[in-house]
Amino acid sequence: MAKITLSNLAHSYSKTPASPSDFALKTIDHVWEDGSAYALLGPSGCGKSTLLNIISGLLAPSQGQVLFDDNDVTHASTSERNIAQVFQFPVVYDTMTVRQNLAFPLKNRKLGADYIDARVTAVANMIGMQDFLNDKASGLTADAKQKISLGRGIVREDVNAILFDEPLTVIDPQMKWELRTQLKALHQQLGHTMIYVTHDQTEALTFADKVVVMSEGEVVQVGTPTELFERPAHTFVGFFIGSPGMNVLPATVVGNKAMIGNHQIQLNLSYDQLPGTIEMGIRPEYIKLSNEPSGLAITIHRIEDVGHHKIVRASHSFDDQSIEINVIVKEGVEISDDMKYLVFEREKINIYADKWLQNGEEPR
Amino acid sequence: MKKTHNQKAWFMVLPVLLLVAFSAIIPLMTVVNYSVQDTFGNNEFFWVGLEWFEEILHSERMHDALSRQATFTAIILLIEIPLGIFVALHMPKNKGFWSSLCLVLVALPLLIPWNVVGTIWQVFGRVDIGLLGHSLASLGIDYNYTQNSTAAWFTIIVMDVWHWTSLVVLLCYAGLQSIPDAYYQAAKIDQASRWNVFRHIQLPKIKGVLLIAVLLRFMDSFMIYTEPFVLTGGGPGNATTFLSIDLVKMAIGQFDLGPAAAFSLMYFLGILLVSYVFYTLMVNSEGQSS
Repeated sequence: MAKITLSNLAHSYSKTPASPSDFALKTIDHVWEDGSAYALLGPSGCGKSTLLNIISGLLAPSQGQVLFDDNDVTHASTSERNIAQVFQFPVVYDTMTVRQNLAFPLKNRKLGADYIDARVTAVANMIGMQDFLNDKASGLTADAKQKISLGRGIVREDVNAILFDEPLTVIDPQMKWELRTQLKALHQQLGHTMIYVTHDQTEALTFADKVVVMSEGEVVQVGTPTELFERPAHTFVGFFIGSPGMNVLPATVVGNKAMIGNHQIQLNLSYDQLPGTIEMGIRPEYIKLSNEPSGLAITIHRIEDVGHHKIVRASHSFDDQSIEINVIVKEGVEISDDMKYLVFEREKINIYADKWLQNGEEPR
Repeated sequence: MKKTHNQKAWFMVLPVLLLVAFSAIIPLMTVVNYSVQDTFGNNEFFWVGLEWFEEILHSERMHDALSRQATFTAIILLIEIPLGIFVALHMPKNKGFWSSLCLVLVALPLLIPWNVVGTIWQVFGRVDIGLLGHSLASLGIDYNYTQNSTAAWFTIIVMDVWHWTSLVVLLCYAGLQSIPDAYYQAAKIDQASRWNVFRHIQLPKIKGVLLIAVLLRFMDSFMIYTEPFVLTGGGPGNATTFLSIDLVKMAIGQFDLGPAAAFSLMYFLGILLVSYVFYTLMVNSEGQSS
């Protein structure tokens, strides 16, 4: 087990990168603490898999260093790094039985037969394949195959880190929960550093101690699930996490007052003169519908009942503009016809300048 | 509602029926016709039943031709299949200039007409002017494919390997290209040896195309005619007289139409049988892997 440090790391698939857009991975400095469970979250094509392949050594970065503890492993091979990785699509060795598949990584490292037997049995129990150990791997279903891939990832005890590249994509939803819970339990039991790549926020938030959010080849925020939800460092994080994502409304801010169109909102914190485009972020969970005309006037377009809550799609019009706002109304709360105003929870409002979160001060 | 009976739709298949009749059924039936009759010319035929078939089955000449044929096919399969896999494994994987160049070079022999291949090797192997023949002779090796049957066999086998290994290479290369990268990456993570990658990833994944390659090479080599005909004409003596060369000798050289017809029917059915066995194997293995 080891602490993994990425220092000034960047990668481009082009040999002669000219502009920043040629980089699949823009400069990253990041430390993966030993023994933590991380989720690497971001939309498809944001560089998650590239980053993962650089850590595991399947890809050499065009710039920067990868350190395991204090050893520079930037150009070390995958086997020297002693890392396990599970891929998006199941990889099984068709010619082998389930048992041989699970034993394969151990056998290649020339470990004792008794130890291999014990490990394979233990891992088979963890992934629920103990009854199929002697079956040919080629005849199994996609999710059984993926369980074997997972099994091969966790069968070695001494790995420096286990990397998961969207491993549950092909698994059906019921099984997803089960396997994710097992992975989490496994992490607590073994204490390996785990990095779990996904574009599914639920998966990221339930699996990880810390979530690393990426967008367009950059790390935009590292934080606990709560931090990401309450204080998104970038409007992208606000959009991407939450369903629906955070409302980002164009605003002007002076001191501790924000203006949305012609409507004034009192803020808890006070902001200095802010540069660039100013936006106000507020999660739909922290907005209430009200019939008090002191709130922000809106028109409701659609109400979606998703079971445990309702999503209200509304818009606020001023001058010639119209901005969309989503509101989440808890189950059991009636929405009456005269509720045409919105009230924001003051302490949940975040202010962004050029898409990055701004820190306010307590007003004097 | 009254059901009308109208069988005129059968006329719709008439064109196809005629086409198949003229292209396949009638010629084949002519052969069947010859195989059960004898003629002394003047278009007079006598019914002989299965006599020709029996004669062919018991003929020493046929047995020799068959064993030469089987030996030849076995040798070229044993060389071309492993060699084809080996070459395919060592071609550049990524699309680009080098892989295109390799593909063109590899595909080149396949584009040459068969009798031209025979001619090329006939000249190439000549002791007086051929590069290969002359070089071997000047090294003191007794090489003369027109007189020495070992030299004749050697030349024909090298020629066939040169001509047809490319087909195996192309099929295997296509099979290898279709293996997702994740398999190789997982193998690296699992620290699999080069041999294990081949044995447990590449070979199982190209099994389907490999069977097709074996089938095609079997059929083609079992029916080989043009190249050895041009190169050695079946000689020296009968050393390289394979089944089809013998068949032509019998049918056109000696004008033994009856035995030749019986012979070609058995030849045809034999190839059909072996191909069917291959096909069944192929279908079964596909069912397994999905």
